[in-house]
Amino acid sequence: MALHCGKTCRQYLLHLAHDNVDFRLAEIRSLLSLVGRQCGPTETFNERSPFWRLHGLSEDDVKSVMARTVCAKSAFELWGYGRTVSELKSSVLEYPKERMMPFLQQESTYKINVYTFNKTLVFKDRIEKIDALDFLPFQGKVNLKDPDHTFCLLEDYGLDPNNIPDEPFYMYFGRFIADGQRELIRSHSVKKRHFIGNTSMDAGLSFIMANHGKVKAHDLVYDPFVGTGSLLVACSHFGAYVCGTDIDYNTIHGVGKASRKNQKWRGPDENIRANLRQYGTECFYVDVMVSDASKPVWRKGALFDAIITDPPYGIRESTRKTGSHKEITTPPESFAGENHVPVSMEYHLSDIFADLLNFAAHHLVMGGRLVYWLPVYRPEYCEEMVPLHPCLTLISNCEQTLSSHTSRRLITMEKTKEPEKADVLAQLADPRFNPYQGHNSFREKYFSGITKKNGKGSGKEPHRTKENDG
Amino acid sequence: MKLLTHNMLTSHVKGVTNGYPLLIKATEVKVNEVEFNPQFVSRMIPKLEWSALIHAAEGLGYRQDLPSTPVSNYENNDDFLHKVHRVLLEVEVIEGTLQCPESGREFPITRGVPNMLLNEDES
Repeated sequence: MALHCGKTCRQYLLHLAHDNVDFRLAEIRSLLSLVGRQCGPTETFNERSPFWRLHGLSEDDVKSVMARTVCAKSAFELWGYGRTVSELKSSVLEYPKERMMPFLQQESTYKINVYTFNKTLVFKDRIEKIDALDFLPFQGKVNLKDPDHTFCLLEDYGLDPNNIPDEPFYMYFGRFIADGQRELIRSHSVKKRHFIGNTSMDAGLSFIMANHGKVKAHDLVYDPFVGTGSLLVACSHFGAYVCGTDIDYNTIHGVGKASRKNQKWRGPDENIRANLRQYGTECFYVDVMVSDASKPVWRKGALFDAIITDPPYGIRESTRKTGSHKEITTPPESFAGENHVPVSMEYHLSDIFADLLNFAAHHLVMGGRLVYWLPVYRPEYCEEMVPLHPCLTLISNCEQTLSSHTSRRLITMEKTKEPEKADVLAQLADPRFNPYQGHNSFREKYFSGITKKNGKGSGKEPHRTKENDG
Repeated sequence: MKLLTHNMLTSHVKGVTNGYPLLIKATEVKVNEVEFNPQFVSRMIPKLEWSALIHAAEGLGYRQDLPSTPVSNYENNDDFLHKVHRVLLEVEVIEGTLQCPESGREFPITRGVPNMLLNEDES
């Protein structure tokens, strides 16, 4: 367990939530880079373990991460750790006294928590574990309700719930610093949100996306497939000004059929602005518009600090753009306002991603991030399918499994170069800069898997709805 | 539609080479108070097409006394930033149209939301 900086360097322990496991490292890394910190070597990071030791950071760095993260539950200043009680004890006793003493003073109050992962302890065992820490020179008074300082013994009993050992594999002792923002998942749940659609993004994932995108106060963020604006809600929570577009007139105006059970039609004021108002962030609302993502309406220039979006995959919402395969005939009337509804046609997934990357390359500020979901058919997935762009650097690629054969991958890219004419040539030469055509058949593959599993023919295919929500 | 959005929009009608800025024809304009954030306004100023903003504000009657070029050292000029804030984020076109300066094509604004969709023969 030799460490890079040994005793002189403070270590911090992150207790990570055990859901959205694949998103955790990328989230913490993004949040650290927001305060100008590199994450450092990640050999102490185990993809599946809920505990992560970090070094080379200050307490303020850790606090700023905790003020944003929805992947980490709490953070501790690590005083010691080990595989056995005696290892833990000698490790804690080696910790510099001058760092412990300010928190052990006579006039202060404290409490000690015991947290166990993959095991439940009875009260008596907990007390025994706390008593075993009596080698620490606690001089303050115990106060369970409102202590000045909180300490925690954390024990890791592994990941297999069917094979829980008697003794933990690992134990940690530290001083509690801060909780993460897991509460946001509950407070921003779409269940209690004013305006939602069939495919509104889950609150936890929306915040993860905003964190991967390094969205911060005074930014301008854009979602080209805005739907009901779930991603704008998350971004505005972090103080970014938000705008979005969607091809679906009814969604943007909040009219038509409701998505909630027991409610047939949308009520008045069901719109994205009302959602922001609900969470007290209406002041960050810029605008939403009815517009086709394949035909951008923005003038030239690096306008956005981040582009965060969930493009439609053609499963629960159709992929559409304006246009027609038919011989174009002039509409019978002149374009008299809203009377004419433009014909829409299918927007191929590969084109959606190629357009999105290109748009990001032109309209992101330097260092700005693009965060979006890429649906994949798992049996065929390989890294080469993730679209690239000469001006965008891939930062992270995290999987969320949807079914045995499909998943979606959260792709984060950062603009590292201004687009030039030569990039178009580079794009033509490199196959990964070209749209991967295999994405187009995602819908067929998705349903082929379902129908195979159910042993039924194509009759199982649900009817396609017109909703196109974010 | 706020004038910040208007400042970033351009006409995308097929064949149009100079579709900026779109001409605002408003039939209903509203001013909604928005919390003042000097940092955001300061960050936006270098991104703006200033003359388009002044022209749009003038047309709606909200120019105040904003100069035809941004003042220097605006980060520390609260009075100036307040005026820009009002124009960018508080003045909203509720009903009206946006007109492409070259083709004359009009995009309707209803309940504050521009509809930028083109018909199939226009794109």
